[in-house]
Amino acid sequence: MIYHHLILRVVTKVLVGTIILFALYVQFHGDFSPGGGFQAGVIMAVAFIIYGIVFGLRNVKRVFPEWLVHKVLALGVLIYAGTGIYAMFMGYDFLDYDALSPAHPTSGQHWGLLIIEFGVGVTVTGVMVAIYYAFAGRPPSISNEDW
Amino acid sequence: MADTAQIVEHTARTFRDHLPVLQVLVPFCTAPLIVLLGSRRLAWPLAFIASAIALVISFIMLMDVREGGMLTYTMGGWAPPLGIEYRVDAANAFVLLLISLIGTVVLPFAYASFRDEIKSRDHTLMYACWMLCFTGLLGMVATGDAFNVFVFLEISSLSTYVLLAMGADRDRRALTAAYDYLIMGTIGATFFVIGLGMLYMATGTLNMADMADRIADQGMNRTVRSGFAFIIVGMGLKVAMFPLHLWLPKAYTFAPSAVTVFLSATATKAALYVVMRFTFSIYNPDFAFATNTLEIIFIPLAVIAMFSASFVAVFQTNFKRMLAYSSIAQVGYMLLGIALLTDTSLTAAILHMFNHGLTKALLFMGVGAYVLRANGSFYTQIAGLGRKMPITTGAVVIGGLSLIGVPGTAGFVSKWVLVQAALERAPENAMFLAIAVAIVLSSLLAVVYVWRAFEVLYLQEPDPNSTATEAPLMMLIPMWILAGGCIWFGFSTDLLHDTAAQAANGLLQGTKGMMVLTGQGGAH
Amino acid sequence: MSKLLDLQFLAGHAHYLLFIVLMMTGLFIVVDKTNLVKKIVGLNIFQVSVFMFYVSIGKVSGGTAPIFPMDDKYHVDKDALLGIAYSNPLPHVLILTAIVVGIATTSLGLALIVRIRESFDTIDEEDILNIEQDMTRADNQKHGNAMGGPA
Repeated sequence: MIYHHLILRVVTKVLVGTIILFALYVQFHGDFSPGGGFQAGVIMAVAFIIYGIVFGLRNVKRVFPEWLVHKVLALGVLIYAGTGIYAMFMGYDFLDYDALSPAHPTSGQHWGLLIIEFGVGVTVTGVMVAIYYAFAGRPPSISNEDW
Repeated sequence: MADTAQIVEHTARTFRDHLPVLQVLVPFCTAPLIVLLGSRRLAWPLAFIASAIALVISFIMLMDVREGGMLTYTMGGWAPPLGIEYRVDAANAFVLLLISLIGTVVLPFAYASFRDEIKSRDHTLMYACWMLCFTGLLGMVATGDAFNVFVFLEISSLSTYVLLAMGADRDRRALTAAYDYLIMGTIGATFFVIGLGMLYMATGTLNMADMADRIADQGMNRTVRSGFAFIIVGMGLKVAMFPLHLWLPKAYTFAPSAVTVFLSATATKAALYVVMRFTFSIYNPDFAFATNTLEIIFIPLAVIAMFSASFVAVFQTNFKRMLAYSSIAQVGYMLLGIALLTDTSLTAAILHMFNHGLTKALLFMGVGAYVLRANGSFYTQIAGLGRKMPITTGAVVIGGLSLIGVPGTAGFVSKWVLVQAALERAPENAMFLAIAVAIVLSSLLAVVYVWRAFEVLYLQEPDPNSTATEAPLMMLIPMWILAGGCIWFGFSTDLLHDTAAQAANGLLQGTKGMMVLTGQGGAH
Repeated sequence: MSKLLDLQFLAGHAHYLLFIVLMMTGLFIVVDKTNLVKKIVGLNIFQVSVFMFYVSIGKVSGGTAPIFPMDDKYHVDKDALLGIAYSNPLPHVLILTAIVVGIATTSLGLALIVRIRESFDTIDEEDILNIEQDMTRADNQKHGNAMGGPA
């Protein structure tokens, strides 16, 4: 049994799930209320970061390994660009969401925005977690008092 | 979202229509692709293929708009002025060609240079950053929406800071150089945003053509004028205009060699293009003339840059640092071309952008070869290498002659046109005659510092312990391609001169030149 | 006297004064402080003032949040749509972009500071300048003075 920071550990375990759920809510309600990809990505990253702060970098890297973070980062950008390129293949302009559903342009716009915001959210999550890993993963060569 | 099925009238786009966006999209998608694949062996080929495709696209676009007219592209199908559009006319296409040409030619050089200077586990991410920098520069130039310029400016700047900092493996001063450039560059970009905000307040639009239209309607008021001031200062920092140039010597000296080659030939030129676009197309030339901005501010600063930077370059002991100071002086020439406000002088400025890009890239490639073989770029380290590395130094000699402006090289053509432009305006004011003399005098200073390099390379005894041999083929071929370009464009000037003249004409027409607002795609 | 103290003008333009104060504070911190982290903080303050400047552009007097009114079935209520004044959402979008750029710049600056700390053992600008001057002096001794010297 681990007794150090017991309250922190218990509360974090409860919070992490709620934070991820809230992030997904913000992500998909971007067109009805303030929200969208960037905000949701940051909130989602917070879930991983708070887990990393309380439980240690090694443990959070078992959940979200570093190589996966970098791949997810790139994948989000490619999802965004991919939607645009798909529109180009369909004969429309780059990022013209009408291409996603030519018969119902409004529906196409709706879907297009959802997909690109998803890409943005994924990338931002990856970036924030990667920044955290980069900073936290560097071993300090001097003790904190010497700063 | 159920509405009755409606087939919307729509003409399918062809490949040629998509060219303006593909120019930016191809490198932009390559960067995450390189990261996703994560393989060091695939990184360089992917980067090279993307750059080559970008080069071909920019060449096709230049051929399309060479005689006048422009290519437009609406992003997402939203018509301007509400939507973002990409506009490529002669000035644009010229700079795009320069950037993609240098980007492609430098990559084989970078392959050999990175293997020596940078830890191999960083290579994949280096190429990804390189592609992002490339994207940012291309996007900055290709776009026709003012805020889009800021977005791509920051993409290119952030990747530049990373690329610069990678020089820390050789010399830790690269880190502070990157940090200083970060602080200064961010302040510059934020000033640009402030200026843009003022313009948005005054005109209500971000589309460059529409903004030009509305400013012409409005006339001058304080908001528009202070917006201009902020934009010029913000972009001037990126251009390395005289008092705002302090980041450049350190950044170019301590960056990895291939990075310096790429940045010296493209980054300041792209920012200078933005300055030209804002000064001439968005704000009319009459505005700049009426407020005497160009005469009172640009001309003195340009002349001071030309002389002071050349003087400092004369006294350097490091070849790379000397070339960095020389860059600041050459930017002074381009600013002078802008400030003289005639067709000829603007042609000279645009020509000099291209020629100086070729020349500086060639010279910094020579430096990179010396760093590879002689492990340094100080004059004491490269002494006598002219005899041990004859092919490399031959290319460096051609670059040096082009930098001075010897007839028969590309550098001569642009300086000649610039002097011509100054003499054209000489009858109205003796100051312009003095400016023409100043141009010639500072070229004489260039003779001094370039000749010093030649003397070190050829007339001094090499270090007896040096094991320098000829540079590898992957470095020699790009160098001689650029050297050949310097000589070719020194003799066959028509293509470049006519394109630059067309570009200058388009820019000087001011808001009228922007008014070819149309619907979707295609040349006009 | 009333021309100097045009209260209506001041009340309408007071927020610009706030932006300028913040902007100059940020710039002053960047220039004055020698600690590298504090410079980044100053840069952030400078950028925040610009964000606020943009957001203030978007406000339309009497305008509400630019979100379509919904009826019970989550369809756009077209009748209520007409008659509402909306604030301009475009500056907000521009600022989102600028905020993200600011975050990227800050994290990059901080990463550079970490590397500088590991390399130079200090993050005070003056100490770093001294170290670099020593390095330059050593270079000059080895490779010749910048003023004259060999060649």
